[in-house]
Amino acid sequence: MIWRMGLLALLSYWRRHPGQAVTLVLGLALATALWTGVQAINAEARASYDRAADALEQTTRPSLVPSAGDRVALEDYVTLRRAGWQVSPVIEGNLSAGDTRYSLIGLEPLTAPAVPRGAGTGAEGLSAFFGPPGQLLAHPDTIAALAGDTDLPPRVASPDLAPGTLVGDIGVVAGMLGMGDALSSLTVLTGQPRDDAALAELTPDLHWQPPREGTDIGGLTRSFHLNLTAFGLLSFAVGLFIVHGAVGLAFEQRRGLFRTLRALGLTARVLALLLAAEMLLVAMLAAGVGIALGYVIAAALLPDVAATLRGLYGVPVAGAIALRPEWWLSGLAIALLGTGVATAQYVWQLARSRARATAIPRAWARASEGALRRQAVLAGAILLAAPLIGLLGSGLAAGFSLLGAFLLGAALALPPALAGLLALFERRAKTPLTEWLWADCRLQLPGLSLALMALLLAVAANIGVSTMVGSFRTTFTGWLDQRLAAELYLNLGEDARAAELRPLLDATAEAVLPISAVDADLAGAPGRLYGQPDHATFRDNWPLLAAGPEVWPRLSTGEGVLINEQLAYGADVAPGDTVTVDGTALPVLGIYSDYGNPRPQAIMGLEPFLTRLPDAPRHRFALRVPPETVPEVMAELQAAGIRPDQMTDQAALKQVSLQVFERTFAVTTALNILTLSVAALAILTSLLTLAALRLPQIAPVWAIGLTRARLGALELVRAGLLALFTVILALPVGLVLAWVLLAIVNVEAFGWRLPMHLFPADWAAICTLAVLAALVAAAWPARRIATRPPAELLRRFADER
Amino acid sequence: MNADRRRLLQMLACTLPVPALGQGFAGLGSDADGFAIPQPDPSFRFPADHGAHPEFRIEWWYVTAILDGADGRQYGIQWTLFRSALAPEDRAGWDSPQIWFAHAGLTTPERHFVGETLARGGIGQAGVRTDPFEAWIDDWSMVSRARPGADAFSALDLRANGPDFAYTLALDAEGPLVFQGQNGFSLKSATGQASYYYAQPFYRVTGQLDLPDGPIDVTGQAWLDREWSSQPLEANQTGWDWFSLHLDGGEKLMAFRLRDDGPGYAQANWITADGENSHIGDGAVTFTPLGWTDIDGRRVPTEWRLQIPARGLDIATQPLNPHAWMGTQLAYWEGPISFSGSHSGRGYLEMTGYD
Amino acid sequence: MLLVVEDVEKSWPGASGPVPVLRGVSLSLDAGETAALTGESGSGKSTLLTLIATLDRPDAGRILFGGTDITGLTDPEAAALRRNRIGLVFQQFNLIPSLSVAQNLSFHARLAGRHDPDWTDTLAERLGLSPHLTKYPEQLSGGQQQRVAIGRTLALRPDLVLADEPTGNLDEATGDAVLDLMLALTAETSAALLMVTHSTRLAARLGQRHHLHSGRLEA
Ligand SMILES: Nc1ncnc2c1ncn2[C@@H]1O[C@H](COP(=O)(O)OP(=O)(O)OP(=O)(O)O)[C@@H](O)[C@H]1O
Ligand SMILES: [Mg+2]
Repeated sequence: MIWRMGLLALLSYWRRHPGQAVTLVLGLALATALWTGVQAINAEARASYDRAADALEQTTRPSLVPSAGDRVALEDYVTLRRAGWQVSPVIEGNLSAGDTRYSLIGLEPLTAPAVPRGAGTGAEGLSAFFGPPGQLLAHPDTIAALAGDTDLPPRVASPDLAPGTLVGDIGVVAGMLGMGDALSSLTVLTGQPRDDAALAELTPDLHWQPPREGTDIGGLTRSFHLNLTAFGLLSFAVGLFIVHGAVGLAFEQRRGLFRTLRALGLTARVLALLLAAEMLLVAMLAAGVGIALGYVIAAALLPDVAATLRGLYGVPVAGAIALRPEWWLSGLAIALLGTGVATAQYVWQLARSRARATAIPRAWARASEGALRRQAVLAGAILLAAPLIGLLGSGLAAGFSLLGAFLLGAALALPPALAGLLALFERRAKTPLTEWLWADCRLQLPGLSLALMALLLAVAANIGVSTMVGSFRTTFTGWLDQRLAAELYLNLGEDARAAELRPLLDATAEAVLPISAVDADLAGAPGRLYGQPDHATFRDNWPLLAAGPEVWPRLSTGEGVLINEQLAYGADVAPGDTVTVDGTALPVLGIYSDYGNPRPQAIMGLEPFLTRLPDAPRHRFALRVPPETVPEVMAELQAAGIRPDQMTDQAALKQVSLQVFERTFAVTTALNILTLSVAALAILTSLLTLAALRLPQIAPVWAIGLTRARLGALELVRAGLLALFTVILALPVGLVLAWVLLAIVNVEAFGWRLPMHLFPADWAAICTLAVLAALVAAAWPARRIATRPPAELLRRFADER
Repeated sequence: MNADRRRLLQMLACTLPVPALGQGFAGLGSDADGFAIPQPDPSFRFPADHGAHPEFRIEWWYVTAILDGADGRQYGIQWTLFRSALAPEDRAGWDSPQIWFAHAGLTTPERHFVGETLARGGIGQAGVRTDPFEAWIDDWSMVSRARPGADAFSALDLRANGPDFAYTLALDAEGPLVFQGQNGFSLKSATGQASYYYAQPFYRVTGQLDLPDGPIDVTGQAWLDREWSSQPLEANQTGWDWFSLHLDGGEKLMAFRLRDDGPGYAQANWITADGENSHIGDGAVTFTPLGWTDIDGRRVPTEWRLQIPARGLDIATQPLNPHAWMGTQLAYWEGPISFSGSHSGRGYLEMTGYD
Repeated sequence: MLLVVEDVEKSWPGASGPVPVLRGVSLSLDAGETAALTGESGSGKSTLLTLIATLDRPDAGRILFGGTDITGLTDPEAAALRRNRIGLVFQQFNLIPSLSVAQNLSFHARLAGRHDPDWTDTLAERLGLSPHLTKYPEQLSGGQQQRVAIGRTLALRPDLVLADEPTGNLDEATGDAVLDLMLALTAETSAALLMVTHSTRLAARLGQRHHLHSGRLEA
């Protein structure tokens, strides 16, 4: 009975204050939403990579590939099998449907290491897969995109495949691609040892290729996910703050009610239990709303994320969010955990307090100087330890630990720093009003510090991540300009064809620069070796990070090689050192930046390269033509039988990259605004929580001769100042964050270091936005003060409260 | 992912003439669609019939050998090439509807080695050629070295390997081909399911086994079975127990029983040492399990009593290694046995449907 | 006349309609004059004081301060009046918690722009607050807090001091001492004093005595 009455009384409070109920649920829900949304995007992207990487199990295996050309003869496969080699044939190609290109893979299901799920079962299933007409397995999205295409074999959904990939029986795909008896490569199966001598004897045209380049999709895309992970961590922290604020509000505002209930005979224990039950209810409700909101956020952002990943790394990601337990459960967890942590503190207080004391405002009054000093010392220790973690540890984990420690330290340091700053201003204050303003700021600090810490983290992460993405964009586009200095790139597929077309090319272009590349063992790791002609196009533009003397002449005469930054980091070499290329030690002439490529790479002068590797393919060219004639030249070449997919137009490529970055920025901006909103909401709830405590602090000033309007305005000024200080302190934190991401985490993750570019305009925008957000959050509480009926203020002087 | 490949291969296995897996599978119990059906009183033509019959759904070249090692120990090997057709025809290249796969077993008293491989027809990775005779898949092969004019099966070289074993054996026949069932028409049920079935049970073997501990020279006896059909099973048949026995007196006995919900369906052929062959129909052979072996939760009858009263045969069989389980995509028990009683000798036992 | 209260009426909202608290109260006070206001708890003494202090408005009647009606002042005008001319000492919660005792003492005077450090020091000395100047309100006892409030008010040198039971929290001896001080200091600054008190003994020491009963003043 008493339980029911108690619960009814507690709940009736919300009925009478629907606004507060909404704030509480909304606060919790938003925190949950942001976290859930980011988690959902990450989960979806991760699932896509896993699909892409695992579905065919080819990416992780060595393969046998043609030494020249791009075809493997079927006889070679049979020869190898009949010699006992464990290999499986693969055909790969592209399929254009509409303006989309799909990658088409043909597998031989009897020997393939894995076959994606989805094919039918039994002899009928296998018959259907073999055809005619055969079947193509694909991700449901891809099937949807191809719906109605009647030229293709029937499509069958496979949960294992990444979007954009079609997998069919090797016979079916060979037919579609007009490959006849030819194969693309042979996948080497588990247990097949490498025996190059035997291979050379059996099939001299094939060579062993270690697990394929660029297929470590996880590694490639980690860069992008750093963004999201940073936001995920941050939203988690900000979320906890806001939940804390919202729950605090719910308790502070009902102290009177608690007192009454206690007076009516509810024991502290029962009251505490009732409150715990009530909060569980609220948390569940908020979690539901938050997860739904998170889904909406993720669904809205995922297309941009997917486009970015596809554009930047060629990683196909599904465009739709699936309801995965890993993210919605984590959303539920954060809502419950956050509410739990925040509630526990209050419930514990309540359960221990005497009936009379229930109504006495929490001792939030003045922050104890000692506590602040202790917090400052702790923050300092953590901040000092952070670089130590970076120095002592290694790898990505250390990088992230460093980041975590740094952010935590910075957040902890905020309240003492602000207190010091405010004390300084208070001492400097000339008028009584400013003196009071600063003093009162300091008084509010303990109650606001959680929210302000959330704001600090939000702003710091925003600055850090936008600096990183911005630096990445600036560097990457600049690098593209350097690397893609020629106007047009051709890959003619076959040497014979290239030789045939060469006169035409010479006649059409100002300069025809042959490019050749082979897989090579670079300092013990699989990499790629390029032959590059000696030409001003390269000499003037190549993005050298470090160079010895006479780089270009020495390169052209074969005195050494240029290596990419990844190789330089990996082999720990600098210009002047030597690096082994397929077993030969060659001097390093220079180091160049090579973003977006995880593998070691080296460049030799074309002449020495071809002398060394006479069989290297010679069907790729860079063409110099006047930029304005590119479309013309392309049309001309197409008329001569060069397919559009064999030509790459530098300008178009750059435009695509830029578009990709725009979409990345769209995602980043959206998340920026969301995190800031959450931080602002934390400020709002904190201020509302404080409002009840504010009256006795404000009423005397009012009585002494300040209008309520003035007091409200000052309240706003105070929030704005606190936000401003916080934001100013967040700026260096954000920049350090960016530096760590660019100079430490990036190097650990991908082997290249991005130069840090500064974007003061962005900072200004973010800071303004953050202060504005804080002002908006403070506006409502300030207005409530400005319009408070005098009677309420008066009661401060009479109430026993 | 590997599990998925397994699934796909299992669906392949469903097309094979193994009763346990055939059970309940549409297409096996039912009428063959477009596939030829064995007819009584066949007349075989060689060497053509040593080769593949793509118009039939299933076919195999099946060799078992009981061997004595130079180390004084007993061994057994199995070599089987299966052909399974998705359509009753053959085409060149990837379009071929023929699927080939093969099993190799090597049994020692303590261990049992298994190898398995699969191949697509039409591209040359596996197949059977009649002149000169060769059956192959990957680097496994059964190649004739018969004298000109002699039957291709009179002399064969056999090789196969698995992850941790290999064998190379020379088989030389000391008797004629034997036509099982009634002149090579072997009934598999009372309702007329049948296969074409002939054998060469008179091989003398020499060769070498490659085991993890090193090579071992062996000699012994071998038995080759050839069988093809399109619909070997009735819906209610769950598996079979199949014996090929080399009696010490030089006689050979082939006996099998297809298990069903009733007493089963048994057939046998008694071949004298000089190749005289008599058919023993259903009801004249009794199979009684005497001992069971637990193999990964399966209860497999590895000791048997076999009785053919008309021939005065009453023997009990013992496996060389009761754990001769073929853990291939389609799994079954197959291993060397010895027997005693009214007669004694050695042979091979294959049991399916205990999976 | 410094202060004239004419037929002032005030009701507070109650559960069943407005509850009249003041039903026509009139009094007048000249500069330098002192008056005591007594009445049982809940009779409306504090309410009357807040109306005079322009913290709230009467429902009817007029309040003239220095000859002008202050019942219709705008918020800023009322604030200016309080800031410059009226000193207030409430029953409790007088002090600004974020400011130190010294800052509290001088706050009102500085706000009004006539801070006299010497005078404030004197007041602190005479109110016995000198040892507590760097403390914060929450570190003071109730009586000490009241003395700070009185000091703050007198530091302003207002025309009118409105005191709501300033000694209610104090023991009798201290209360007497504080009252003595207040009377002495108001006399020195020639401020008028309207003081609510429960104590007839204290009331006897003031110039006028009014008793509030059933919403009306009785002599
Ligand atoms: N802001 C308010 N809203 C509603 N009612 C009020 C308010 N302030 C006072 N009252 C009511 O008006 C009546 C007079 O209150 P007031 O505080 O003026 O009494 P008082 O004479 O000062 O009492 P005490 O001696 O206890 O201080 C009381 O019944 C009180 O409940
Ligand atoms: Mg009162």
